[in-house]
Amino acid sequence: MRLPTWLAHHLAALRALLVFTALAGIAYPLTLVAVGRLPGLADRADGSIIEVDGRAAGSALIGQSFTDADGRAVPRYFQSRPSAAGDGYDPTSTGATNLGPEDVVDVIATDPDESRQSLLTQVCARSRAVGELDRVDGRRPYCTADGVGAVLAVFRAGGLTGPVVRVVSVNQTAPATPFLTGYAGVPVELAQPGQDYRAAGATIVPVRGDAPAVPAVPADAVTASGSGLDPHISAAYARLQVPRVARERGVDPAAVERLVDEHTTGRTLGFMGAPGVNVVELNLALDETFPPR
Amino acid sequence: MTVLFIVSLVVALAAVHRPLGDYLYRVVCAERHSRVERGIYRLIGVNPAAEQSWGVYARAVLAFSAVSVLFLYAFLRLQNHLWLSLGFDPVVAHGAWNTAVSFVTNTNWQWYSGESTLGHLVQMAGLAVQNFVSAAVGIAVAVALVRGFARSRAGAVGNFWVDLTRITVRVLLPLSVLAALVLMIGGVVQNLSAGTEITTLTGGDQSITGGPVASQEAIKNLGTNGGGFYNVNSAHPFENPTAWTNWWEIFLLLVIPFSLPRVFGRMVGQVRQGHAIVAVMATLALASVALTTAFEVSGHGTVPQAVGAALEGKEVRFDVSNSATFAAATTLTSTGSVNSFHDSYTALGGGVLLVNMMLGEVAPGGVGAGLYGLLILAVITVFVAGLMVGRTPEYVGKKIGSREIKLASLYFLIPPALVLIGTAAAFATGNHRTALNAGPHGLSEVLYAFTSASNNNGSAFAGLTVNTPWWNTALGLCMLVGRFAPIILVLALAGALARQQPTPASPGTLPTHRPLFVGMVVGVTVVLVALTFLPALALGPLAEGL
Repeated sequence: MRLPTWLAHHLAALRALLVFTALAGIAYPLTLVAVGRLPGLADRADGSIIEVDGRAAGSALIGQSFTDADGRAVPRYFQSRPSAAGDGYDPTSTGATNLGPEDVVDVIATDPDESRQSLLTQVCARSRAVGELDRVDGRRPYCTADGVGAVLAVFRAGGLTGPVVRVVSVNQTAPATPFLTGYAGVPVELAQPGQDYRAAGATIVPVRGDAPAVPAVPADAVTASGSGLDPHISAAYARLQVPRVARERGVDPAAVERLVDEHTTGRTLGFMGAPGVNVVELNLALDETFPPR
Repeated sequence: MTVLFIVSLVVALAAVHRPLGDYLYRVVCAERHSRVERGIYRLIGVNPAAEQSWGVYARAVLAFSAVSVLFLYAFLRLQNHLWLSLGFDPVVAHGAWNTAVSFVTNTNWQWYSGESTLGHLVQMAGLAVQNFVSAAVGIAVAVALVRGFARSRAGAVGNFWVDLTRITVRVLLPLSVLAALVLMIGGVVQNLSAGTEITTLTGGDQSITGGPVASQEAIKNLGTNGGGFYNVNSAHPFENPTAWTNWWEIFLLLVIPFSLPRVFGRMVGQVRQGHAIVAVMATLALASVALTTAFEVSGHGTVPQAVGAALEGKEVRFDVSNSATFAAATTLTSTGSVNSFHDSYTALGGGVLLVNMMLGEVAPGGVGAGLYGLLILAVITVFVAGLMVGRTPEYVGKKIGSREIKLASLYFLIPPALVLIGTAAAFATGNHRTALNAGPHGLSEVLYAFTSASNNNGSAFAGLTVNTPWWNTALGLCMLVGRFAPIILVLALAGALARQQPTPASPGTLPTHRPLFVGMVVGVTVVLVALTFLPALALGPLAEGL
């Protein structure tokens, strides 16, 4: 009996798919799983797990939050980058913020659950927090002293071109003090919850301010990574944290500095990637060398 | 450093494209079938000696893909009954449809998070299988088109089952094993574990995920698929642990697309024609990598200025510049894997990524799809050039008549039509409101989603909630039409070309291996894309960045 051509095609297709499923979907990955059992490769195939006293304490490739149960930084540890993976460094919920470069206006709703911080305010708030924790200048361009985005909504008479008639600092609400007293001769107001000034016709103007061009708090300390699991911080951010960690552990900062240097990896082959410090490995070494008092 | 990184990739690709291209040529033109292959043909029940006309070839491609979509859909819907499901629920209907289409069309758009949605079995025996065969389908269709140029007075363009089998067994599987082993040495995980629970230094809990990642990572890049095992794709330290695995992954996703023009040159008997095609791809690719890197490193925009670098959504180990190179490479090929989050790129850097896909994925494009896309553009170019100087349009010895140019023009029009109609539909129906950002950036997010789906890229600007019935259905339709309508047109063109008798080159023939022609193809590509998309780009990335 001859099958109709269309049916013959689909039967051949189904048989082909089953053959390739067996080959590429079962045999291929399982062979590699078996290869991954070989000594020397097994640790890596299993996730580069680090054991301390026979207990799994982390993966050398996956970052961790060094915070307490309330999310506050534990000062005796070097701090990781901000993370958008779940509540921070959650491998079952990896992710980035996906906020754009001009995300500068906070959504301040009357219901706090519907409010959302803009990326700029997140950056400013982190910079201020790191500045306080590590006792350095936390100011950044386009940030207010109270750690939100320095952004104005400017209303002009007749839309875009006329004289300025009203100015609102969109990310600051009572009881804050506006970061500028006046703009183009008009006093700056605080934002009211539930208002969308952009929709009301205002132009959004970020204000650079007088913060140093190169802030004391490094870039990686104020940005979330792509994975939310970034195990590294920059060498600059690690050095910034040395005095605090040394103080908390009551040891010589120079000794902590040496430990940081030992855990700083350069560029691969001199030109790939960027230098970084693996925070999990550094903190483990820290606990081992200078046990907390 | 940045320049050295890019130059090292160029050197590696220049060194490898020739031997790999020659090998691919021998694979698709070989007379003999290996014993393994003969066994596979018996299991499939096909006669490897029977050549197919373009219509039969196309029906075989469509039958195979239709069966694949149904199989994968069932797999996703029933995953909770299967081994290694890790206790996850069945995938919702609209999501399963979207993912099945996504992986069969080589798009690998992902609305879900791998680590919280899919078990290991469906990842390796469902998704990764399509990573292999959808890549093989792309190469097979490209080879069929090249046969159309190479053959004369022929009714047949090859045998789909033979092409599919050979490309999978002789090319993709062995190269993936090699690629996966290198990745495993770098630290990419490969196990069947459900995860390791650990207690962090400060006493918190962390669940270290497991999975057969290296095997999937290898073919994900090699086959220009792009679907990550985990939500964050190649940004995840378990998919891409080091700076050098990052280099290796960029190399993998570029290597086959850049080797295929060599196959074209060898098959039409004029290697220099292949060189011209590579030159077009390389010109567009280098310009785009340079632009993306320049925009990202300069860090224009309010937030990058406040931060001091465009580091949001990027990993320390890759830095800004190596992230930008990956992003350009993944959008220039139709891969769509990401090692950093495009939504947080500077407005103009993100805009270049969008344009990369709008080029129609030809520089160098997806495996196979890039070659056939660029050959279509070459056909359009000889036609345009013929109109300008009054020469008969011919390309590698074939006349470009009205049937040929109609097929080529239709091919070019399909993806832009899908992108622009889709974007307009999202706004008209209010579905654009799921975008995270407002204003021009919100438009970019919607436009990026439709561009990525219709051109079978699969990368995401993210920042857009696409797990809704409307989005999953609409993007699924774009992926399906954006993949298979062009494939049917390409195969029809192959059939039309194969039937022709060769036209010997005359003094009136435009030479198609000279720099002049390379420049013209680049020009035609850029002009066509600019004419089609400039209004949309002006409302999105240009409005935001200027």
